Amino acid sequence: MLSQRPERHQSLQPAGLDALAEPAGLAAMPFGRRLALALAVAAVVLLQPLVNGSLLAAQEPEATGEAITGVLINRDDDDAPVAGVEIVVSDVSGEEVGTVVSDDDGEYFLELPGEGEYTAQLLVDSLPDGVTLTDEERTSLTFQIRPGQQKPLLFPFGVDTRNSTGTLDRVLPLTIDGIRLGLLLAMAAIGLSLIYGTTRITNFAHGEMVTFGALVAWYFNQILGVQLLVAAVLAFVLSGLAGAGLEKGLWKPLRQRGSSLFGLMVVSFGLSLLAQHVFLYFFGSRTRPYADYALQPGGVQIGSATIPPKTFVVIGLSVLVLGLVGLFLSRARFGKAMRAVADNGPLASASGIDTDRVVLWVWIGGSALAGLGGVLYSVTQQVSFQQGQTLLLLMFAGITLGGLGTAYGAAVGCFVLGLFIQLSTLVVPTSVKNVGAMAVLILVLLFKPEGLFGRRERVG
Amino acid sequence: MDWNLILTSVFSAIFIKETIFYVLGAQGLNIHYGYTGLMNFGQAGFMAVGAYGMAISVESGGLSLWLGIVVGILWAVVLALLLGLPALRLRGDYLAIVTIAAAEIVRLVVRSESMENVSGGNSGINDFADAFYDLNPWVNGRRYEFGPFSYSGQDLWVQAVGWGVVLAMVLLTFLLMRSPWGRVLKAIRENEDAVRSLGKNVYAYKIQSLVLGGVMGALGGIVLAIGNQSVQPDTFATRTTFICYGALILGGAARVWGPVLGGILFYMVFRGLDVMIRQMERNDVIPESIMSSTQSGVVRFVFLGAALMLLMVFRPQGILGDRRELAFDG
Repeated sequence: MLSQRPERHQSLQPAGLDALAEPAGLAAMPFGRRLALALAVAAVVLLQPLVNGSLLAAQEPEATGEAITGVLINRDDDDAPVAGVEIVVSDVSGEEVGTVVSDDDGEYFLELPGEGEYTAQLLVDSLPDGVTLTDEERTSLTFQIRPGQQKPLLFPFGVDTRNSTGTLDRVLPLTIDGIRLGLLLAMAAIGLSLIYGTTRITNFAHGEMVTFGALVAWYFNQILGVQLLVAAVLAFVLSGLAGAGLEKGLWKPLRQRGSSLFGLMVVSFGLSLLAQHVFLYFFGSRTRPYADYALQPGGVQIGSATIPPKTFVVIGLSVLVLGLVGLFLSRARFGKAMRAVADNGPLASASGIDTDRVVLWVWIGGSALAGLGGVLYSVTQQVSFQQGQTLLLLMFAGITLGGLGTAYGAAVGCFVLGLFIQLSTLVVPTSVKNVGAMAVLILVLLFKPEGLFGRRERVG
Repeated sequence: MDWNLILTSVFSAIFIKETIFYVLGAQGLNIHYGYTGLMNFGQAGFMAVGAYGMAISVESGGLSLWLGIVVGILWAVVLALLLGLPALRLRGDYLAIVTIAAAEIVRLVVRSESMENVSGGNSGINDFADAFYDLNPWVNGRRYEFGPFSYSGQDLWVQAVGWGVVLAMVLLTFLLMRSPWGRVLKAIRENEDAVRSLGKNVYAYKIQSLVLGGVMGALGGIVLAIGNQSVQPDTFATRTTFICYGALILGGAARVWGPVLGGILFYMVFRGLDVMIRQMERNDVIPESIMSSTQSGVVRFVFLGAALMLLMVFRPQGILGDRRELAFDG
């Protein structure tokens, strides 16, 4: 068990609310200035926790070598530390590699000779009187250690009150995680839906834009040592630039050649494969954390789970960003133009809207949001070269639910879907939860193919 | 650099079971896209349910291998109906979205921990096809060499049967596409509304097409599963669908022999490239600082993605196809 430190998490609320109130006067400004302002506001808000400093100051301990570590606490005795417990670790061949005894704070730390498989045996005789394992059988654990990994081992003591309180206790933490997932899916999927609406490209490479953002932030954060929030802003900007590059260098020329819809899909399919393996080439197949906020103390105990502060910050930032995007799309002239082109391109063009410019900015904005979504997703889930691919499926299900080609529909659909998927783990095993997305997709197509916010005539 | 090894593996690739796997997958896509204009981006899913349907019913269901093959095919039919019934009433893009999602989800399910006792999780299912090898006219375990080709006795038996299946599917495609049924499919591809106005049930034809092509994909999965005596979830990743499309487009869509020619060429190049890059890496033609041995296995997929894009942009009709025939907008 990791210890739960007393200090509580502070919310990001004040900054978020101010910024939401801010852009009321935005509509009057020309587009470029408005965008710059929006970016500036976003940057200020993103940087706010830096100034607060203490909010997210936890850093992962300097990883030196492979080790096991953890804290033994007794649930029966108000999570009191359990001292003097002996744990013996042996390697695959059964040879003992070390023994460790938990100290007065219940903490233990044992360095291991290297990566590989080990077995940890808890000596029941060394338990203090009155302390029992939650699961009497669970005295030995076999585990894998990756290079440089410091692995916490779980040896819970005392009667497990958490399972006995049933599903109700799991609902709240799952809801919070569902909100997080739903908001991030919405952020990433607005671009996918608007790109579809404006160009009719089903962009299979959109998931790779999510990964791109996460990887760019990882590079700045872990390799160049840039603080994660700054790295997130850089990832946002670079993803937008990448989107612009793709539109200018690939999609626009293809559209002008009169490529078929199928051709565009196959090209995006190929692009997704290409990008994913370029990521794999440089990043490797391991999942890796960011340097900041990887392990956070001071989590909030909600129901049966401890939710780290970063989850709330991610939710707050997502709400803020989506709020800004919503304001932009509903108030700003250019945002309205985007929705108009997505809704009916020829009509928008006939009304004097420069559709090429709109499409370019849809690519820029959509890609930037996808990249930012990738960063925020990886804050809690770590970075992986194929995270975008899995998210893409959820996004497709979400935007179909909301209505293909719409902006608000995509956001709402994805939010609902994220929440649904996390809550579905109450009844289905976690490893098959994404099947729920498939079920949603099929049911929507059967009964309401235009989605919640789409229009009937668009579905063919 | 071991040029002999490179050449041997390139030439051996002409006949090996992986080529059969991709040729059958591509032939299925040919029915879907080439003849009917359906955009199925989840062929890997059909191939997976074929292979897993067979393997699971043999391992867990206790059926014989032959019944298992039938079950695998039935699973593909069920998947096609499950996806086709809702999606084929709608515009083409919906099928694309549903199929790509379904294929990935099939893979995630069979590799999930909660299904481990049924589908074997990450490591899959092994050794279910002994009944097939008992009938082998060649000697199991012996190595046969002819010129640049080198195959084991098992390989020869799988290849003989596998190419038999391919030829049967080519013949079936040929006969179907010159039948009235096939002409309706092609007409749907060209102009759906015109076909509808002639009183044909376009929806039913599309579903039949999706089922037929899906079954061909499943046969590909079954051949490879028997050939490897193993099914593994990651064989059926999205990139498998890419390779099938690559094969189809290279050979030429809407041509009976397109997938066969494309599949052979595509897999030869794909495998040759892989062996060559690995050789270059191993012999330090490419320095270690630029490419490690794990990285060398990745490069071919980068080329695959680029090749697919370039093919589609510059030669969408492939080698055998007719550009005018593929000008329709799905």
